[in-house]
Amino acid sequence: MMGSIFNVQQVINGLQTGSIYALIALGYTMVYGIVRLINFAHGDFFMIGAYASYGSFFLFNSLLGAKGGTLAFIVLIFSVLAGGAVAAVTNRFAYRPLRYKPKLSSLITAIGVSMFIEYFFSAFPPIGPSYKAFPEILPKMQIAIGSATISNYTLIDIGVAAVLMIGLTVLVKWTPLGKAMRAVSQDKDAAKLMGIDVERVISWTFIIGGAFAGVAGLLNGMTYPRIFPYMGIQPGLKAFIAAVLGGIGNIPGAVIGAYIMGLAETFASAYNSLLGEGIAFAILILVLLVRPRGILGEKTADKI
Amino acid sequence: MKQFLSIMLLAVVLLAVSCGQSKELILGGVGPVTGEAATFGDSTKKGFLLAVEEWNAKGGVLGKTIKTSFADDKGDPAEGATVYTKLIQQDKVVAIIGTVMSKVTLAGAPIAQAAKIPMISPTSTNEKVTLVGDYIFRACFIDPFQGTVGAKFAFEDLKAKKAAAIFDLGNDYTKGLSESFKKAFEALGGTVVAFEGHPSGATDFKAQLTKILEGKPEVLYISDYYNDVALIAKQARELGYKGPLLGGDGWDSPDLVKLGGEAVENGFFTNHYAPDATTPEVLTFVKNYKAKNNATPDALAALAYDATYLMLTAIKNAKSTDGAKIRDALAAIDLVCVSGRVKFDANRNPIKSAAIIEIKGGKQVYRTTVNP
Amino acid sequence: MRNLRFPRLLAYAVAFYAVLQLLAVTGVFNGYIMHIVNQSLIYVILVVSLNLINGISGQFSLGHMGFAAVGAYVSGTLTTIIWKLAPDNPAAIVLFIAAVIVGGAAAALVGVLIGFPSLRLKGDYLAIVTLGFGEIIRTMLNNIDYVGGPRGLLGIPKFSNFTVIFIAAFLTIVVVRNLVQSSHGRAMLSIRENELAAELVGVNSTKYKVLAFAIGAFFAGIAGALLAHLIQIAHPTQYGFMGSVLVLIMVYAGGVGSITGSVIAAFGLTFLSEGLRIVIDSLAAATGLPIGGEWRMVVYALLLIFIMLFRTEGLMGNKELKIMVIEERKA
Repeated sequence: MMGSIFNVQQVINGLQTGSIYALIALGYTMVYGIVRLINFAHGDFFMIGAYASYGSFFLFNSLLGAKGGTLAFIVLIFSVLAGGAVAAVTNRFAYRPLRYKPKLSSLITAIGVSMFIEYFFSAFPPIGPSYKAFPEILPKMQIAIGSATISNYTLIDIGVAAVLMIGLTVLVKWTPLGKAMRAVSQDKDAAKLMGIDVERVISWTFIIGGAFAGVAGLLNGMTYPRIFPYMGIQPGLKAFIAAVLGGIGNIPGAVIGAYIMGLAETFASAYNSLLGEGIAFAILILVLLVRPRGILGEKTADKI
Repeated sequence: MKQFLSIMLLAVVLLAVSCGQSKELILGGVGPVTGEAATFGDSTKKGFLLAVEEWNAKGGVLGKTIKTSFADDKGDPAEGATVYTKLIQQDKVVAIIGTVMSKVTLAGAPIAQAAKIPMISPTSTNEKVTLVGDYIFRACFIDPFQGTVGAKFAFEDLKAKKAAAIFDLGNDYTKGLSESFKKAFEALGGTVVAFEGHPSGATDFKAQLTKILEGKPEVLYISDYYNDVALIAKQARELGYKGPLLGGDGWDSPDLVKLGGEAVENGFFTNHYAPDATTPEVLTFVKNYKAKNNATPDALAALAYDATYLMLTAIKNAKSTDGAKIRDALAAIDLVCVSGRVKFDANRNPIKSAAIIEIKGGKQVYRTTVNP
Repeated sequence: MRNLRFPRLLAYAVAFYAVLQLLAVTGVFNGYIMHIVNQSLIYVILVVSLNLINGISGQFSLGHMGFAAVGAYVSGTLTTIIWKLAPDNPAAIVLFIAAVIVGGAAAALVGVLIGFPSLRLKGDYLAIVTLGFGEIIRTMLNNIDYVGGPRGLLGIPKFSNFTVIFIAAFLTIVVVRNLVQSSHGRAMLSIRENELAAELVGVNSTKYKVLAFAIGAFFAGIAGALLAHLIQIAHPTQYGFMGSVLVLIMVYAGGVGSITGSVIAAFGLTFLSEGLRIVIDSLAAATGLPIGGEWRMVVYALLLIFIMLFRTEGLMGNKELKIMVIEERKA
C-alpha cells in the first residue's frame, strides 16, 4: 500500500490541512515572540472570527443584498475586526494587569479566558451549542491535476497563508511598529527607557494576532463549512504545536512547522489510521529532543 | 478572595440546606450540555423537558406534578458519577433519564442500580450498559443491530459487493457501528475494501477518503454523527465519489442537509422512525417540539422524549414511585412511542424495527422498514 | 527512646477524618457530599503531586493526567481482567491495594521516561512536550482493544471509599511535605530558583528533576487508580489535555509551591464547581430566567480569571499553614 500514500492527492490533502494550521500558527507565534505568552485563547479568537463572518454574511446578504466579491470583502473585514477587537479586549482586561507578574499566572488566565469564551458562546442562546452550516461565500470549484483534484479554496488558503507570512515578516522587520515590537520582545524595560510605549506595542501585537486568527476562522469556515463554539480547541492546539515545531516566535518557522504537521498527519493517516492520531505529537517530541529550539528557532540565552 | 470565599460559603450552605423534601415527584435528567458534545445534550434536554411538560399539562402522574432536575455531565465519566449521585442522594429523584454517551452512562448506572433507582438511557448504545443491572434500561438500538441492518440493506437493496467504512477512532458508538457493519457485510458475502478511522474532532478527512476511494467501493458506510457526516460526504464528493452513502441514527438531524447540502443526496441511514411518518405520536412530537424550541427535533431529542414517556408510563402503571415497582412496570411495558412500538427484552433493550431513510431533494424520505 | 511526639499533621488529619466520617455516618453529609469529598481528595493527590513537579521543582508539566491514566489502566486491568476481583473475595482489599501501588509504580516509570526530556528542555518547550506525551498516552489507550479502546475499561470493581482515598491523600501530603523540607527538597527548590547557580553549588540537577517527575507521576498514578475504582470505569477522554489543565489550574489557584494551597484549591474548586450547579438552579428558580447547567462553566471560568487577576500568586502564595511545617525537635 506504500504507493497509495505518497501520491499527488495526498500531498494536496496535506497542504490543505497544513495551510489552516499555518494561518492559526502565524498569530500564535507572533504573540508569543513578542509577549512571551502562550495565548491559549488564540483558538477561540479563531472561532470568533468564524462566527463573525457567519453573522456578517447573513446580515449583509439577506438584509442588505450584498453579493459576490463585495460580500466576500465585507465578511473578511468583519472577521478581521472581530478577531482584533476580542484580542484587544482580552489583552486589556485579562493579560495587561498581569504583565509584570510571573508569566505562568498569565498562562492560567489565558486558559480561563479560553474556557470563558467557549462556554459563553455555547450557553448564550443566540449562538448556542449546535453546529452551523457556513455559507459558500465564493463559488467552490474543483480543479483536476491528472488523477488528483484540488479545490480553489485550497489554493486560496495556501495563498493567504503565504501572503500573511510575508506581510508579517515585512511588518516585523521593516516598519517602525515592527522595530518597536522586536525591542519589546528583547527587553521591555530597556524599550521603555528608549521611549517606546510598551503597552501600545503589545496592544497592537494582540490586535494583529487576533485579526490573523479572524482571517483563519473565515477561511476555515469556508473550507470546512461547519462551525461550533468548541471548534477552536483542536486546531488551536495543533497550530501551537506547529509553531513550537518551527521555533516559536519565528514567523516563517510557524508556516514551515504547520506544513510539516499537515503533511505528516496526512501521510500517517493514509498509512494507518491509528498512526494519524498521534503522529503530530510524536514528531514534536522527536524534533524537540534533537533540536529543542525548533526548526528555525534562534538560540537564546537561558530565560529563567 | 472575599468574593471567592463568600461564594464558597454560599455553595456549602446551599448544599447543606437544599435537602428539603417536596411533595412533587422529581424526575432526573442527565446530559452533556457543556463541552464538545453540548449540542447532543441540548437536544436530549429539550426532548426530556418537552415530554415532562406534556405530562404535566395532562395532570402529571399519580396525581402529582412532575418536577425536573437536569444535570450537566460534560461528557465526562467522573462528572457523570457525581451527577448521578447528586440526583439520587441530593434531589431524591424517583427515576433518571440519561445519559447520552455510553462511557458516562456506565459510570452512572452502577450508582442508580445500587440505589435501586430505575433509569433509561436514551442513546447509550454499548451493550454493557444495561448489563449493569435490572434497573438499567435503554431506548435506543444496541451497536450490532443497526450495523447488521445497514449491511443487509447495502448488500440486498443497493446491490453493493464492495463497501468501505469510515468512523471516529475516539467514539465507541461510531466504531462499534462500523465494526458490526463490516462483520455483517462480510458474512453476507461482500468485501470491505477499506476500514478507516479518523481522530475525534477532525475536520479534514481527505487522507482517509483518498485511501478509501482507491479501493473503488460501491457504498461508503459513514457511522459518524451528522456533523462529521456532512463534512465527510462533501469531501468524498470533492474527491470524485458518486456512489451511495450509508449510516446509522447519528445522521438523524435537520442539520445534516443544512450542513451537507447536495453532498448527502443519495445517502441512506437506519433510524428509529421516519420523520414523514404520520403516526399521531410523531406528529404531536414534531409539532410541539417545533412550537417550543423553534427547531426541528433530531434523533437524540426523539429518544429522550420517548425515554421520558416510557418512564412516566411505567410510574403510572406501577401506581407507585417505588423503584422496584417502576422497574417491574418498565420490564412489562408495551407502548407506542415516537420511535415505534417499544417493548423491552430480557436484557432491557428495546425490541423495535429499523426504518431506512433516504435523503432525497434535501428531505428525509422513508424508504423501507427492516425487522431484526 | 528518641524524643517522639505525636506529629501535628497526623493529629489534624485524624481529627478531620473523624469529623467527616461522623457527619457521613449520621447522615448530615449525604452520599452526594461525600462523593464530592472523595473527588476532592483525589484532586488533592493530583494537585500536590503536580505541585512537586511544577511548583517545587519548577518543571512545567502539562501532561499530568497521562500519569493518572497509566495508574488507572494498569490497576484497573489487574483487578478487572487478570485477577477478576470480586468484593466478596477475602484477599480482595489486599490485592486492590497491591494493584493501586503497581499502577503508581508503572506511572512512575513513565514519569522517569518523561523526566528525561526535561533535562534538555525548559519552560514552554517542556510544557508542550509533556502535553505531547500525555496526548500520546491517551491516543494509545484509545487504540488498545485489550483495555477497551474508545469504549473504555469497563466493569472495574468499586473498591475506593472515603477511608482508602483519605489515607492515600494523607500519605501523599506527608511524603511531599517531608521531601520538600528535606535536603532533597531544598535542592529541588534551588533548581527552580536558578538552575545554573544550583549546579555551581553542587546540586545534581539531572537527578532531582527526574526524581521529581518520578515521585509526582507515582502519586498521579495512585490518584488515577483510586478514581477508576471509584467510578468503575476508565476512559481515555478523561485523561486528555483538558484534565491536566484543570489540575494545573488548581496548583496555581492554590499557590505555586504551597502544599497547603494545593489542598485548599483542590477542595475549593471541586466544591465550587459542584456548588455552582445549585447556585444556578436556585437562581433560575428564583428569577424564572431560562438558565441551566450550561451557564455553570461560564461562571467557573470567570471566577478563575478573577482569582488570577486579584490574587495572582494564588490563595496561599508560597506560604504554608503551620500544620504543614515539620516542627523543630526540642532537645
